[in-house]
Amino acid sequence: MNKPIRRVSIFCLVLILALMVRVNWVQGVQAEAWASNKHNDRNKYDRYAYPRGNIIAGGQPVTNSDFVNGLRYKYKRSWIDGPMYAPITGYSSQSFGTSQLEQLEDGVLAGTDSRLFFRNTLDMLTGEQKKGGDVVTTIDPKAQKAAFEGLGDKKGAAVAIDPRTGAILALVSTPSYDPGTFSGGGKEDSKAWTDLNNDPNKPMLNRALRETYPPGSTFKLITAATAFETGLYKNVDDATQTPKPFILPGTNTELKNASATEDCENATVEHGMDLSCNTVFGKMGADLGKDRLRAQAEKFGFNNGKIDTPIRAVTSVFPSNSSPDGTAMDAIGQHDTRATPLQMAMVAAAICNNGSLMQPYLIAQERSANLDVISNHTEHQLSQAVSPATAQKLQQLMESVVQNGTGTKAKINGATVGGKTGTAQHGQDNSGLPFAWFMSYAKGADGKQVAVAVVVEDGAAERNEISGGSIAAPIAKSVMEAVVNK
Amino acid sequence: MSTFDLSSNSNTEPARRRANTTITPQGTPNRRNTELVMLAFAVLVPMAAYANVGLAIDKKLPAGMLEYGLGMGALALIAHLVMRRFAPYADPLLLPLATLLNGLGLVMIWRLDKAGSLLASNYPAAANQLMWSGLGIAFFIGVMLLLKDHRILQRYTYISMVVALVLLAAPAFFPARAGDFGAKIWIHIGSFSIQPGEFAKIILTVFFAGFLMVKRDALALASRRFMGLYLPRGRDLGPIIVVWLLSILILVFETDLGSSFLFFGLFVVMLYVATERTSWIVFGLVMSIGGAAVVAMAEPHVKTRINSWLDPMAAFQDPPPPGTSEQIGQTLMSFGTGGVTGTGLGQGRSWLIQFAAKSDFILGSFGEELGLTGMMALFVLYGLIVQRGLRTAVAARDPFGKLLAVGLSSAFALQVFVVAGGVTGLIPLTGMTMPFLAQGGSSVVANWALIAILLKISDTARRPAAEPTPEPAPGAEPTRT
Repeated sequence: MNKPIRRVSIFCLVLILALMVRVNWVQGVQAEAWASNKHNDRNKYDRYAYPRGNIIAGGQPVTNSDFVNGLRYKYKRSWIDGPMYAPITGYSSQSFGTSQLEQLEDGVLAGTDSRLFFRNTLDMLTGEQKKGGDVVTTIDPKAQKAAFEGLGDKKGAAVAIDPRTGAILALVSTPSYDPGTFSGGGKEDSKAWTDLNNDPNKPMLNRALRETYPPGSTFKLITAATAFETGLYKNVDDATQTPKPFILPGTNTELKNASATEDCENATVEHGMDLSCNTVFGKMGADLGKDRLRAQAEKFGFNNGKIDTPIRAVTSVFPSNSSPDGTAMDAIGQHDTRATPLQMAMVAAAICNNGSLMQPYLIAQERSANLDVISNHTEHQLSQAVSPATAQKLQQLMESVVQNGTGTKAKINGATVGGKTGTAQHGQDNSGLPFAWFMSYAKGADGKQVAVAVVVEDGAAERNEISGGSIAAPIAKSVMEAVVNK
Repeated sequence: MSTFDLSSNSNTEPARRRANTTITPQGTPNRRNTELVMLAFAVLVPMAAYANVGLAIDKKLPAGMLEYGLGMGALALIAHLVMRRFAPYADPLLLPLATLLNGLGLVMIWRLDKAGSLLASNYPAAANQLMWSGLGIAFFIGVMLLLKDHRILQRYTYISMVVALVLLAAPAFFPARAGDFGAKIWIHIGSFSIQPGEFAKIILTVFFAGFLMVKRDALALASRRFMGLYLPRGRDLGPIIVVWLLSILILVFETDLGSSFLFFGLFVVMLYVATERTSWIVFGLVMSIGGAAVVAMAEPHVKTRINSWLDPMAAFQDPPPPGTSEQIGQTLMSFGTGGVTGTGLGQGRSWLIQFAAKSDFILGSFGEELGLTGMMALFVLYGLIVQRGLRTAVAARDPFGKLLAVGLSSAFALQVFVVAGGVTGLIPLTGMTMPFLAQGGSSVVANWALIAILLKISDTARRPAAEPTPEPAPGAEPTRT
């Protein structure tokens, strides 16, 4: 009987070998895939197993990692001035994942980034507690606070950029939310999360980056820029051949100005800008045509789906297939033109920086827990949006608007301020409350510069009380003051 | 493993016999001291693991460490001393191997007790398991004392059949309980549950061995050759059909894929060893594949198991499809997280497996905390038990002993394969427990008894010829290489 017993032995050996091959496959070859599987809750627990790194603004952390010593989670994220910084930090919740910088910089914050490997290994050997790295933002807390308090209870957004570098100094979206209310895994956290998601005011929407609005009259600057760049007009004093009334090309519809008494017929470019004449820039747009307008808009960052701050901004759109009358409307920031607040801040920044548009960025530096620098941001130009000469003319226009035109409420003593208002109609037959815009820049006496865009969705209950100059300009002013009057 | 073989340098045996036997037991060392040293390791390794878990979870040595160590050590020592007296020539490796696995299982169950409320409906099970282990060793000692010679079991061939059938059929007549999750393999009496299948495994092997020893010639010789296969006569085909039907019935009424596979596989293996006819294997394969295919198509429970084997992550969809379970997916993630070196004892999160984490899925915890390294070591331990058992079968001098040893060893191997294969996703999952490691009283007690019987056979086989050896049973052949 020994021969079959030996064969049975071989069979049993094969069974054991098959098991060995299988565990080698699962724990060797496939191990990484199983370990990082999105249903593997260990990764969630690991994220909060030791202190998470901080997000820093103006040298101070705006986040915290609290030792809660829970069963599953040892630490819990908390925020300082959560609602104010929420559009930048995002949330980092035990139950609901991460967003914004908490998501994009998770590797550094959680300490799992491969660039931290050496540090982690060293800490493991020296027995030091593992801790995530820090992310240093470009945010200027004063400007951020000015924007957040300026917007107050209103629904809207504000973005401030340093025109020379592209550093984002303020990024606010209101109404906001406190990410601390759902950073845990408890019942209240679930309730807070559900409530926030069901809130009709969408507090978790990052309006500064992830929402587009019709830019309204602020877009007239880009139309003027196209006119100067293409040589349609040479100077700000050139009279435009603007008829009254101006009938949209190919239609019988008259394009009206904000008020019928306005003195827009054959106005100069500057005067048209001061008064924000729809007819002047509508006709200018029609004369330039959609392709030239679009080419110029794209140099400012429109139609670019990859504006990563690193939080990606949604694409600001200048349409490519409008009819001639539609193009006239596009040229005054209505019809199909859409822009994020960041986009309009970029336009202001490019004009202020003599036409050079810098890549906007939020992260100045990444560093390990013991302050070793992992990476520093290197500034770079996104495009030369307009020639320096054109930029000068546009600055002249914007400064005139603040001195003589619709933007007088943004004047700052001791600083050169240029701005442009916008009151964008939207909704079915323009039935919605208009969006109040203001985009501007300020150059302080000591060389400090800032470019700002503010949008307010529902500035007042009465629609005829809403205008960019009255509602958005004061907010922009306080943000600019926070930067240049330090 | 020639180190454990007894050398054949004596002149008392006829030359022909000496040349042809694998093992010619002579007055050589009986290896009990080797066993004692091995046993010390088998107690020390789980104690180190126990300390490791305590240090990892509570940052201090576990309070009951000394008592636990002394208890384990005492149990192992008693078993060893009993063997010195009642089975002095038995294999020296089986007792240490079983002790080591049992000890590691206890540590892992204690570690999962420590997971507290992280594990749903967790209750401290380590103390209970220790009690069962003690009972298992008591059983082991009982077998050592009462079973003077394994051939006594041959007398109980047909009683064994009846007992095995009763044990196998019993769960089908007892009401299922919440928590049984499909497979009806338990008998619940009050708060007490036993898994009769674990005992049936041994008793059925006794029956098969006794039955086949008598029938082997009829089954092997009275057959017609057809297309290169020896076809058995119709009336000889009877027993195999009966066992086949039995395994199908287990599958249908108790929805227990694992036991069904185990018993049928065991029978085919023993039939093959008894008759040396390959045709039986072909028959066995055809019948089991046919039976399994039919049942798999008809039984929703079995179908579910196969589906969750094919797509272990299906249960993680939102909402999960009906009848799916996260277990296999969770276990695979445990294994993957463990990787090559594991997280270290007490530092994994294998409680995520939740249901049956301490019993059927305990390998997931080992995989996560000890890694691939630990899993390979465990498989080597199991492989060694099987190898020592089969070695005993080769060495045994009577056909009943050979059949019994080969049956018990291959049943053990099949069970390890079915459980570990199911948990690692190699084959569809079936409800069986990992011998010695998993929580479960019946399993621990039955497997200690199984080891005891193997040791008894081994003792008889390796006993020096100087002592009067029992007459070989009629029809026995000399062991050939």
